[in-house]
Amino acid sequence: MTSKTIASVLGAVAVAGSMLVSANVSAQDKVGFVYVGPIGDHGWTYRHDIGRQAVEKELGDKVKTTYVESVKEGPDSERVIRQMAADGHKIIFTTSFGYMNPTLKVAKQFPNVKFEHATGFKRSANVSTYSGRFYEGRYVVGKIAGKMTKTNVIGYVGSFPIPEVVRGINATALAARSVNPNVEIKVAWVNTWYDPGKEGDAAKALIDQGADIIMQHTDSPAPLQVAEARGVWGVGQASDMHHFAPKAQLTAIIDNWDRYYVARAKAALDGTWKSQDTWAGLKDGMVEMAKFNEAIPADVIKLAEETRDGIINGTIHPFAGPIKKQDGTVAAKEGETLDDGTLLGMDWYVEGVQGKLPK
Amino acid sequence: MLLKIVKRPEPSRAMVYLTPLMALVLTVVCSMGVFTFLGVDPVEALRNFFIVPINNAYGASELLVKATPLILCAIGLSVGFRANVWNIGAEGQLTLGAIFGGGLFVYLHDVDSVFLLPGMILLGAIGGALWAGIPAFLKTRFNANEILTSLMLVYVATLLLSLLIHGPWRDPDGFNFPESRMFSESATMPLILEGTRLHFGTILAIIAVLGTWLMLAKTLVGFQIKVIGAAPKAGSYAGFSQKKIIWFTLLFGGAMAGIAGVSEVSGPVGQLLPSISPGYGFTAIIVAFLGRLHPVGIIFAGLLMALTYLGGETAQINLGLPVAVTGVFQGMVLFFLLACDVLISYRFALNRTGRVSG
Repeated sequence: MTSKTIASVLGAVAVAGSMLVSANVSAQDKVGFVYVGPIGDHGWTYRHDIGRQAVEKELGDKVKTTYVESVKEGPDSERVIRQMAADGHKIIFTTSFGYMNPTLKVAKQFPNVKFEHATGFKRSANVSTYSGRFYEGRYVVGKIAGKMTKTNVIGYVGSFPIPEVVRGINATALAARSVNPNVEIKVAWVNTWYDPGKEGDAAKALIDQGADIIMQHTDSPAPLQVAEARGVWGVGQASDMHHFAPKAQLTAIIDNWDRYYVARAKAALDGTWKSQDTWAGLKDGMVEMAKFNEAIPADVIKLAEETRDGIINGTIHPFAGPIKKQDGTVAAKEGETLDDGTLLGMDWYVEGVQGKLPK
Repeated sequence: MLLKIVKRPEPSRAMVYLTPLMALVLTVVCSMGVFTFLGVDPVEALRNFFIVPINNAYGASELLVKATPLILCAIGLSVGFRANVWNIGAEGQLTLGAIFGGGLFVYLHDVDSVFLLPGMILLGAIGGALWAGIPAFLKTRFNANEILTSLMLVYVATLLLSLLIHGPWRDPDGFNFPESRMFSESATMPLILEGTRLHFGTILAIIAVLGTWLMLAKTLVGFQIKVIGAAPKAGSYAGFSQKKIIWFTLLFGGAMAGIAGVSEVSGPVGQLLPSISPGYGFTAIIVAFLGRLHPVGIIFAGLLMALTYLGGETAQINLGLPVAVTGVFQGMVLFFLLACDVLISYRFALNRTGRVSG
C-alpha cells in the first residue's frame, strides 16, 4: 500500500462519521437473486448467476441486479428475501427448494413485489414457481451410461431423497436398463446440496463398490473430480464441468435459466407478469446437454442424440410404460405414460435401483 | 528496534476496557483497506455494514433476533471461562436443547396447551445441561480435557439431530424432506412486536444476562467462580471445591445454550431441521471474550457480532461484496482483540539503548 492510499484511507476514516448517514439513491429497477450456494460452486448456483448476468446484459441500464450467495435455508433466508423486498426490488428469484415457506411469507407482506421460487410447489398471486425437467437430461445420460458401463454398476451421489432427486435416479435407471438390462444403480445420500468433501467421499465409496460411472445430484464438481482421478466416467451437474474432468465427463446436464429470467424480469418491469408454474425441459432449452465426450463410440453418441431429439419432438417420454417399481408392482403399463402429478410426488424407486429409499 | 515490550507491574484496568474498542477501530481501518482493494468505496461499505441494516425498526428487531442466541450462549460460556473451565461445545449443547425442546413438540404436536412452550424451554435447558454434564463428568472423574470432550460432542449432537430428523421425527407431509412438522402456535415463542420476528427468546436472553450478573456479584458461588478463576490456589486454601465449580459452570453453560436452541427452533426457525444454527455456539466464544466475560459487555458484543452478519447480507445486496467478507470481518475482530490483549499485561516502552532486547 502506498502512503497515498494509506492517507486516503485514514482521511476516509476521519470523515466516515459525517458521511455514514447519507442516503443511497438509485433510479434503476432492481432484480434480486437469492442463492443457496456460492456463485463459485460451478454447478447449480453458478448457472443461476449466469442467468442473472443474462438479465443484466439483455435489459442493460434499465435494471440493476443484486444477489446474496450462500444463504442458509431457514430463518436467514426469510430475512434476506424480506430485505430485498423492502429495498424496492421489482422481482426476486429465490433459487432453492428450502426457500419456499420464507418466500411465501414475505410475498404476503409485499403484494407489489413479484417472487419467483425455483423447484417449489406452493404459489400465490405474486409467487410463481419454475423448474427444469432435468429428468429428461438424466434419461439421455442413462442411455450413454448403460452402454458405457463395464461393471454394470452406476454410482449415484444423491442430495436429499425428495421427488426431484428420486425422479432423476429413476429416469437414469429406466434409460440405462433399456439398453443394458443388467445395470444396477447404487445410491449414496449425502444430505446436502453443496459440500465438496462429502460429495467426493460418497463418490469414492461408490467406486469402491464397483461403480464405473458416477452420477450426481449435488452441486459441486467434486464427484466428477473423483471420477477423473480414479479413471472412471462421470457426468457434469447443472453446468458443463469438463474443465474439472476433461477425460471423465461423458457429458453434462446444463441448466439454462437465461431465457426464463430475462422474460420474467421483463414481464415484471412492463407490468405483464402473472403468477404461473413453469416446468420446461430440453424442448424449451431450459435443460441442455453439454458436448459428448469424444471417447464415446460414435453409435452411442448417435443413440444419445436420437434420444435427446426424440424427447424434444415428443416421440420419446422418459416415463413411458412399461415401468415396474422396485418391489415388482406395475407403475405404468405398456402404452401408459406417468403424468406430471405422479412425477412431482415420486417417492418410489423403479426396478434396478438398489437399496431402500429413506423414508 | 525503537520500541520494546515491557511487562506491567500489574494488569492495566484501563486496558481491559480499552482493548475491545482498539480492536474494533483496527478492524474498521483494516477492513476499509480490504474494501478499497475490492474496488468498493470504503465509506459506503461501512455504511452498509453498520448503519443500513438497522436504520429502521424492522432492521433493529432483526438485530435482536440474531443476537439472542449469541448472547444466551455467550453468557453461559462466560461463567465457565471466568473459572478457567473451557467449554467449547456450546453449539452441541444448543443442538441438544433444540432436540429436547423440539422433541416434546414432536410427540405432543396435537396438544394445544399453554404449558407446552414452558415445558419445551425447561426440557431444552435440561437437554443442554445433560450434554454439558458429560464433559463435566469426564473432567472431574478422569481429568479429561473439557476443551476436547465438549468440542467432539458437538459433532455427536449434530449427527443425533440428523438421525432423528431423517427417521422418526420426519414430517409425514414433508415430501420426504428431512425436517420435522412446523411447530404449532402453542409451541412457538410469542412475538413481542407485531410485524417483526422479535420473540420471547430475546426476553429470556435479557433475564439470563441480569440473572448471571446478580449471581456473579451477589452470591457465594459467584464469588467462588471469580476466586478460582483468578487464583486457583487461593480458592483451594479457602476450601472452595474445584470439582463443584466445574460441574456448576458446565451445567449452567449447557442450560443457557440449550435454551438458545429452543428459542431458535420455536422462534425464527419454526421446526427442527438438520442444521438449526449457523455456528452460534462457536461465534458465542468470540462474543464472550469480546465482551470481556462481563454480562453488559456480552450484550454489546452480541449485538456487534449479529450486526456483522446482517451487514454482510446488506453489503452483498447493495454493493455486491462476496459473502466471505463477513467471515474476514469477524476473524479480524477476534485477531485484533487477542493481539491488543497483550497491552493488558504488557506495555510498549522506548528502547533507550537502541539495541534489540531479548
